[in-house]
Amino acid sequence: MSALRIAVVYPDLLGTYGDTGNGLILERRATERGIVAELLLCRSSEPLPAADLYCLGGGEDGPQVLAAERLIADGGLARAVADGAAVLAVCAGFQIIGASFPDASGVVHEGVGLLDVVTTKGTGARCVGEVAVDPDPSLGLARLSGFENHSGVSTVGDAALGVVRAGRGNGTDAGTEGAFRGRVLGTYLHGPVLARNPDLADLMLRWATGRDVLDPLDDRAEHELRAERLAAVGC
Amino acid sequence: MGARTIAGVAAVRLVNAASRLSGRGSGTVAGGRAGLAVAPELLAELARGRRVAVVSGTNGKTTTTALLRAALASMGERVATNATGSNMPAGHVAALVGEPTAHLACLEVDEAYLGRLVDEAQPEVVVLLNLSRDQLDRMSEVRMLAERWRTALEGVATTVVANADDPLVVHAASAADRVVWVAGGLEWRDDAGACPACLGPIHFAGEGPGWSCQSCAMARPDAGWVLEGAIASSPRGSTRLALAIPGDFNLRNALLALAAADAMGVPIDLAGASMGEVVDVAGRFVERSLGTTTVRLMLAKNPAGWSALLDTVAHDDGAVVVSINARTADGADPSWLFDVDFSMLAGRTVVVTGDRWRDLSVRLRYAGVPHQTEGVPTAAVALAGAQADGRVDVIGNYTAFRDLLEAR
Repeated sequence: MSALRIAVVYPDLLGTYGDTGNGLILERRATERGIVAELLLCRSSEPLPAADLYCLGGGEDGPQVLAAERLIADGGLARAVADGAAVLAVCAGFQIIGASFPDASGVVHEGVGLLDVVTTKGTGARCVGEVAVDPDPSLGLARLSGFENHSGVSTVGDAALGVVRAGRGNGTDAGTEGAFRGRVLGTYLHGPVLARNPDLADLMLRWATGRDVLDPLDDRAEHELRAERLAAVGC
Repeated sequence: MGARTIAGVAAVRLVNAASRLSGRGSGTVAGGRAGLAVAPELLAELARGRRVAVVSGTNGKTTTTALLRAALASMGERVATNATGSNMPAGHVAALVGEPTAHLACLEVDEAYLGRLVDEAQPEVVVLLNLSRDQLDRMSEVRMLAERWRTALEGVATTVVANADDPLVVHAASAADRVVWVAGGLEWRDDAGACPACLGPIHFAGEGPGWSCQSCAMARPDAGWVLEGAIASSPRGSTRLALAIPGDFNLRNALLALAAADAMGVPIDLAGASMGEVVDVAGRFVERSLGTTTVRLMLAKNPAGWSALLDTVAHDDGAVVVSINARTADGADPSWLFDVDFSMLAGRTVVVTGDRWRDLSVRLRYAGVPHQTEGVPTAAVALAGAQADGRVDVIGNYTAFRDLLEAR
């Protein structure tokens, strides 16, 4: 069997908030189970390679616009998703894979269009702090924990990743966080999100490998961390 | 001095005296705040007539300020400085009130306050070290900071001593009329991958110091001040830097301080020699005893800080304690732990501690570094010491480091 290919998309542009860690976590959780995995750090100056799972992270406004332009021009991400690849996109990465998003001056830019998500410039205070989310029951996940840091507000046409228990999430009155469609999932949660939520990491691995069941791992440290962060916001 | 300035200075002194009496530390920041509340222009008034040097950047501010202060003091004059690391305007006011007769001032400034200090204190020299990700929940993102620095330095009558190896610093400093370029090194390149001017890809030459944008004319300026081993060379002559504090990154900090001292008129041999006498920078790099354990205490508060420690830490094989907090002064989001290459610790006895030891424990699991956990920092030091003949390295981020420095 060929190796599971995990691509971290444009860490030179979308690598500001430790989200590159999501790729590392996925690689190790695969390897610990005997699944041969390959972690690809894909710079924006090169064509995006074929992979089973793509991770996009947070980034600053200017690099975010450039990353969206390059991804649209490259076309590789949309093609891979059409062929069944899974995507985990965080913060600026989440906004990029939606329909459109604003830059710092409010100019609207086209997104890759993998999710029905329209992001607009927030009018209130920047959303910064701990977040707790009750995920959509269909995903079979425990309550999610993360740290958000964004000013954009996202209106979601797809299913939301979940309902916000603490924090702001998508920032709209709907009280939702993130979005998903098929094997593409977007969220505002840093932490990195997969460090705090190992069952979300395993959901991404199941999507990427097509396996229904994965061997259990010793996740006591992760569960303790998640419980501590949820308790910090009274959840 | 106007009446309001006099009232402002009186307010600083009054609050300082009150907080000393009530046992709440030296009270310098509280005093500075009170003074600024009474007289908003107090910083400008206090700086007037003084020759001010300012140091800013993500990493190395406190150390570089201490080195430059020592160099300036070698001319035999008193130097006002904010040695406690209180690097916002209240701390600057307190430092200047504390040294009313000093004609020289050497001030460390928080990256976000550089523009205000340049405006109000009209420094003779501004030293720009580096810009990288740090405390993202509080600070602006680094590219935004670089733009704000650039705006602040446009057209001011200041000599900017700038690190030619950091593209973000070069972008900011290029706006100034007079720049002295220094080969200050860059420990962490991951915030400099996209050109600060045009977002094009920055290409770094393999091992050499060069870098250039592939899309526009941005490129590393020729640095007049360079290091060859411990020899600092410049168009103004060369001198050997014999520092008492460890680390290649501190040699580069000293090179920037040397260029700044030269710009302020200090002979470079004299400046170099006096910097060699700096042994203690706010408790950093010193060995101390904690219980029965001898600890070497080090500060690393962001990915670039950890990269700078590599040459100190990676070649050691004793026990190490890592302590991580996420209080206000640290930044509330320790996600940056995943940007640090902790594999440098593999093979050592590692104990994790601090308020956020669970985040660190998960991080080390994914770095493949076996470790022990102990939430109480002093107990973690004892645990490590018991396994390592009573000697350990302790690395903490800001408040974790401070707590262990003050621990008894």
